[in-house]
Amino acid sequence: MDTLNALAHGFSIALTFQNLGLALIGCFLGTIIGALPGLGPSNGVAILIPLAFSLGLDATPALILLTSVYYGAMYGGRISSILLNIPGDEPALMTTLDGYPMAKKGMAGEALALSGIASFVGAFFATWGLVFLAPQLVKVALLFGPAEYFALFALAFATLGGIASKNQAKAAIAAGLGLGIAMIGVDGQTGVPRFAFGEVHLYDGIDFLVAIVGLFALSEVFIFLEHRGTPKATGDAAAVKLGRLTPPLSMLKQTAPTMARSTVLGFIAGVLPGAGASLGSFIAYSVEKRLVDKDNTFGTGDPRGVAAPEAGNNAAAGGALVPMLALGVPGSGTTAVLLAMLLALNITPGPLLFTNNPDVVWGLIAALFIGNLMLLIMNIPMVSLFVRVLLVPPRYLMPAVAMISFVGIYGISGSTFDLMVMVFFGVLGWLLRKLEVPLVPVILGILLGNQMEANMRRAMTISDGDWSALFASPLSIGLWLFAFFGFIMPIVAGRFFRSKLPRTDSDADPD
Amino acid sequence: MSDRIMGGLGLLLALFFIWQATLIQESFISDPVGPKVFPIIIGVLVGISSLAIFFKPDDEPEWPEFSRLFEVGMTVAVMVAYAYALPLIGFVVSTAFAAGFLSWRLGTPPIKAVIAGVTIAVGIYVVFHLILGLSLARGPWGF
Repeated sequence: MDTLNALAHGFSIALTFQNLGLALIGCFLGTIIGALPGLGPSNGVAILIPLAFSLGLDATPALILLTSVYYGAMYGGRISSILLNIPGDEPALMTTLDGYPMAKKGMAGEALALSGIASFVGAFFATWGLVFLAPQLVKVALLFGPAEYFALFALAFATLGGIASKNQAKAAIAAGLGLGIAMIGVDGQTGVPRFAFGEVHLYDGIDFLVAIVGLFALSEVFIFLEHRGTPKATGDAAAVKLGRLTPPLSMLKQTAPTMARSTVLGFIAGVLPGAGASLGSFIAYSVEKRLVDKDNTFGTGDPRGVAAPEAGNNAAAGGALVPMLALGVPGSGTTAVLLAMLLALNITPGPLLFTNNPDVVWGLIAALFIGNLMLLIMNIPMVSLFVRVLLVPPRYLMPAVAMISFVGIYGISGSTFDLMVMVFFGVLGWLLRKLEVPLVPVILGILLGNQMEANMRRAMTISDGDWSALFASPLSIGLWLFAFFGFIMPIVAGRFFRSKLPRTDSDADPD
Repeated sequence: MSDRIMGGLGLLLALFFIWQATLIQESFISDPVGPKVFPIIIGVLVGISSLAIFFKPDDEPEWPEFSRLFEVGMTVAVMVAYAYALPLIGFVVSTAFAAGFLSWRLGTPPIKAVIAGVTIAVGIYVVFHLILGLSLARGPWGF
């Protein structure tokens, strides 16, 4: 009952005029960002964080705006998948398999509407899952000491890296790079400068917002520059006819069990650290194909093949918020970016968040429900409006994206030096993406590096320098084992898994 | 080959990082671990994974031809120049120039690119400065 009371309190916060307005703007912007080929939830949220920050929004409204963008982008990803066969981001990849064939059969409108409904079902029930599971996880998290936290961070790197990349060594390099960047600046424990090379600007360390915007948003601009003139860089939705915008009742009946199963699977995939939305949509689609595809219609425009990944990836997006809020460990690339948001607002996610900032947590969760409903209402009748956005050519869009990134960072710091650092990270992000080094572990390293070190040193202080303390409790041993298998498993299972995944250009995209 | 080069550079970076870590000044307040150990652990991690990549490289990525690389380089130069120019000539002028350049390089014909640059700069100025009240860089003309 406590939980429901807290949720009711959350609704009283989220239902203010300002917050409703922000949710509406966020949903709208998010859907557009998700719909545009190349811009996924991580990029979208990354560009908007510095903006929300420099506009001086309070913590709760800022979070409401950005999570609405996040959910909106998860919804929007399906639009370009279905109409153009170009997934806006990796989780939307599976939707192309049956969505695009449906559109080619002249059922684009139905496919869009059905995927909108499936997204709603997935996200709605996943948010309920979040309501009930997160407080339980908090109880477990209260048993964590510094050693357990250190192991948990290791687990996050191992699994997030393991799934995000085809090559474990590259995931490990990415994590090390991020952790190394986090070391720049004054050491929190002893106050000595590290890796600053006498440069005063570096004493404060590298601002993770600068790094994130550079790595995600600017690198995207460079990718577009490189692909100029190829289909990836020239959106063309002019030829698509939408058809009717409501799915027939029979189609909903046929896909209802699919949505239910995919929601559960997606949610579980989202909660598991590191798995995230890509795995959610992949698992939902493959399980559904195995279960119901008796006539081999999957891949040829089967509505169930559209409903499954959409319910799965939106449920996973909700599920990924569970470990992010309760433990402070993000379950996907986009939640890593949301974690950056919280840290920028001086809110540290983790068990104490629920007792220290209940307004933030429950206001946020209530906002998810509201945003989800808004998205459903917005997405069925207004889908033709979003489709028109696909007609804006990247040659006008990407410069605007780049300039808005600069505006956001300059708005926070007013420092030319930070802009240079951002450009540096843009180039670095572009190089890493070319070399198929995943970006998410880099971000995670920058975000968690200092906390990870602090927990390790705290554990050492308690044990007076005895390293075995890191492996002393059953809880920490369990976490280490998970981390170990999370890192090793993809090497074994990865080949099998990836051989079944369709290859597209978006393979190197984050999240 | 690209992966081999990356592995080699990664190893050099790791060695440099570890070497720099050993040079960190110890403070008089300290804990059993100190400020050097964690960076050294990271350096070892990067070093080992760089070696793994060096000896077991992936397939070669598709590098763009030289002209495209040159364009990416030019764009980086324009962005750096943009960062310098912001406080000197103000937001609108420098943004119009940078956005126009980007749009042109992404395939807009020159005259349209100029229009696009000016539109983007003025659009951002109106939305973020005039409507939302965000402070942007002021040049000698106040915008």
